[in-house]
Amino acid sequence: MSLVEAADGAVKAPQDRPSAAWRSSLLTTLGPIAAAFIASGLVLLAVGENPITYYSYVFGRGLFSSLGLEQTLTRMAPLLFLAAGLIVAFRAGIWNLGVDGQFLLGAVAAAALAPVLVGTMAPWLVLLLGFLLAGVVAAVWSMVPALLRAYQGVNEIITTLMMTFLGVSLANALVKLVFLDPETTVPQTRTLPVADRLPRLVDTTISSGLLWALAAVLLTHVVMTRTAFGLRLRTVGANPYAAAHAGLPVGLLTVVVFAISAGFAGLAGASEILGVNGNVRSDWNPAYGLTVIPLVFLARFHGVGSIVLIFFYSALLIGSESAARRLGVPQDFNLVLVSALLIFLALAEWFDHRRKTKGR
Amino acid sequence: MATTTAAVGLVDVTKRFPGVLAVDRVTLDFAAGEVHALLGENGAGKSTIVAMLSGLQQPDGGSLSLAGDKVRLGSPTESLRAGISTVFQHDMLVPTLSVFENLILGEPWWRHPDRAGVEARLADLSRDFGLDVPLDANAIGLSLGERQQIEIARALLRDSRVLILDEPTSMLTPQGVEELGARMRALAARGLAVIFITHKLGEAYRFGDRISVMKQGRLAGSIAPEVLRQKDEASAIDEMVHLMFGADDRAAAPKVRGATPDGPVRLAASRLCVNEASDAIAVSDVSFEVRAGEVFGVAGIDGNGQKQLAEVLAGQRQASSGTVMLHDRDVTNESVGRRRALGLRYLTDDRLAEGSVGSFPVADNTVLKEIGAAPFFTGGFERRQTIAEHARQLIARFQVRTPSETTPIGRLSGGNIQKVLLGRELSGDAGVVIFNKPTYGLDLQNIAASRERIAAIAAEGIAVLLISTDLDELIELCSRIAVLDRGQIAGIVDNDPAAHAAMRQTIGRLMVGERLVDEAA
Repeated sequence: MSLVEAADGAVKAPQDRPSAAWRSSLLTTLGPIAAAFIASGLVLLAVGENPITYYSYVFGRGLFSSLGLEQTLTRMAPLLFLAAGLIVAFRAGIWNLGVDGQFLLGAVAAAALAPVLVGTMAPWLVLLLGFLLAGVVAAVWSMVPALLRAYQGVNEIITTLMMTFLGVSLANALVKLVFLDPETTVPQTRTLPVADRLPRLVDTTISSGLLWALAAVLLTHVVMTRTAFGLRLRTVGANPYAAAHAGLPVGLLTVVVFAISAGFAGLAGASEILGVNGNVRSDWNPAYGLTVIPLVFLARFHGVGSIVLIFFYSALLIGSESAARRLGVPQDFNLVLVSALLIFLALAEWFDHRRKTKGR
Repeated sequence: MATTTAAVGLVDVTKRFPGVLAVDRVTLDFAAGEVHALLGENGAGKSTIVAMLSGLQQPDGGSLSLAGDKVRLGSPTESLRAGISTVFQHDMLVPTLSVFENLILGEPWWRHPDRAGVEARLADLSRDFGLDVPLDANAIGLSLGERQQIEIARALLRDSRVLILDEPTSMLTPQGVEELGARMRALAARGLAVIFITHKLGEAYRFGDRISVMKQGRLAGSIAPEVLRQKDEASAIDEMVHLMFGADDRAAAPKVRGATPDGPVRLAASRLCVNEASDAIAVSDVSFEVRAGEVFGVAGIDGNGQKQLAEVLAGQRQASSGTVMLHDRDVTNESVGRRRALGLRYLTDDRLAEGSVGSFPVADNTVLKEIGAAPFFTGGFERRQTIAEHARQLIARFQVRTPSETTPIGRLSGGNIQKVLLGRELSGDAGVVIFNKPTYGLDLQNIAASRERIAAIAAEGIAVLLISTDLDELIELCSRIAVLDRGQIAGIVDNDPAAHAAMRQTIGRLMVGERLVDEAA
């Protein structure tokens, strides 16, 4: 976990020696990004694409066309909700890597409930209940790894990852077997009418889920860094023995962290369904979670930093979806870029750590 | 002495770890053809000597010698090549491999394993030393005694000249201990130097030719073979107890500050029991009272239930029966936080792993036990200025050496972390303070300052429970000393300044398993 320790140091260090620490954390943030773009560019070259054409197309589309920018901002909502959950978990020392399963189950729960309720109550209440159910279902799903971690000490990295496979399959089975819309031939859930989805922001196509998601990230950031509750969670995460020594209920707090983290993943699923898609199609799994994890790491679990990085990543996603159609570069190229980013991030942390320990 | 040759030895060896002087200028020879028993409490430096001889650690000062020549054992491989084999306390066999595979582990990978050769040599070993080695069994299914035999066989197959056994009897049955003893004697008779690490005095007498006693990193003394042969077991054990627990000649006569106060009882344990856990031995039937202004000591060899006792008093561990009374109030089922609010403070012995969060700033660590409480938090939010101000005051009052209150506490030295934790425990209205090994691993200056502070706290009228493995510390500070042995109070001794030597002898004997005579009556 040296990556984590180093990351922690980078967050704390600015109070010590502001300029040097800032330079170092800028270097370990921008460095890996630049290196990842260059390395992935070489991959593009190797398959006969011009990386400059590709990158400029992707960002031109994702950032500098008005429709593209609106799509980018809309796509940010689920990613930000996921980031909020990951910030809570990672700062509390819990490695919840099962967010994709929690996300999909939340999405299916929202898709199953909301279309049925439409017309029976106020639209805002439908949406609220949809979000709530999604959060609760995802939180309940996380209880298996949570209880195992809290009371049996079972490593949650393994259990949450394995539960993701189960969660994705279960969500799929639910779509095909239980919540199937009988009126369509495509296997999918009932569709929430466009009028009943999350309202759009004035005169744009941007879903208002973005605002809630931004609020969620900022709220978790403040809670984790400024409140007694956040300090309790961070203490449990940094040193559970010290937490028990100080009289904190370590097991209970661990379960709470899982519930919050998974709950946000569920909200992410709901925001995608209730804000954009309206239904869940079978075999749908955007796997946002695994790509948000490196971004949250890159931001050192910082809320504002995560928002900035997710904005650019979202633009990249939107741009590359279009590029897949126009330039013929498959969208999976994103994964090349993200994995390169993760590798260079780890390398940068390692170099930084070595430099610091040598300097001491 | 001219007839015996030193197979391996230490020459003026010193070894330091962060904040701890583990071995302090020790010169010691281990002769071929002898079983050399090395005695000492936990933390006395035995394990560090084993680690240096087996190449896991290198001395910071002095040197090792091999057959009279200076030698450097830079790695376990070099140590093995020098003919030194070690059987560690916890066995070092690969559980998923067969015994044969374990025996040939470490041979060059290109050489084909010589099964017939190993079998032939094992037949000899089995005849000479009664070693029973099932070659095709999986190591995982064997008993501890069998695994130990395999490790000894492995050492002999390597033609070792020195065999180190690190607390080999701690997990054996009484019968297994006798067999091992006979085997050690047979090995020594064959000319091996056998180094037998133990803290059991009877075993040292029965199996050892020569006995050396370590105490707080120093060699407290040795009993030579010709002297040992002339003693019966009782007088030999007397001599060992004296070496282990007697007053340190080099230290100045301790100032005795313990007076028996007659204040009200602040902390009382009554027939307190704690069930055995995976990480802890059971505590049974512990009763005592600590009065206001008193320093009540708990002595004992490390690992005899001290930590469990401290934790059950502080509320971190559940009592299975019995009661804990705090100011005449039954707190047996109260939480850590509730007991703290009532004035009970616990300074843990593990300042790094339990007492502090290394990555957090000093300031956060000073309020770690007050999260959510006024004045440091209002409405659930941190009041950073108040916390920082509190931390700065604590740093000034306890002379903590730190760049600032925002420095991560893990970067401070052990002594300074200890000061922060002490400040944390003493802030607010403390009525009873439990100290668990408060000076362990500190340098001399910090030890003296800590003891001054404990005496000062008691003088203010606070009831102090002082758990320590350092008898000098207990005698200096306490009015009464309870001795904990295998989770039970073996006896409570009044600190009598007039009869220190006799008291040390009594406490030492209680620590190693004897009981006071009047208790049996």
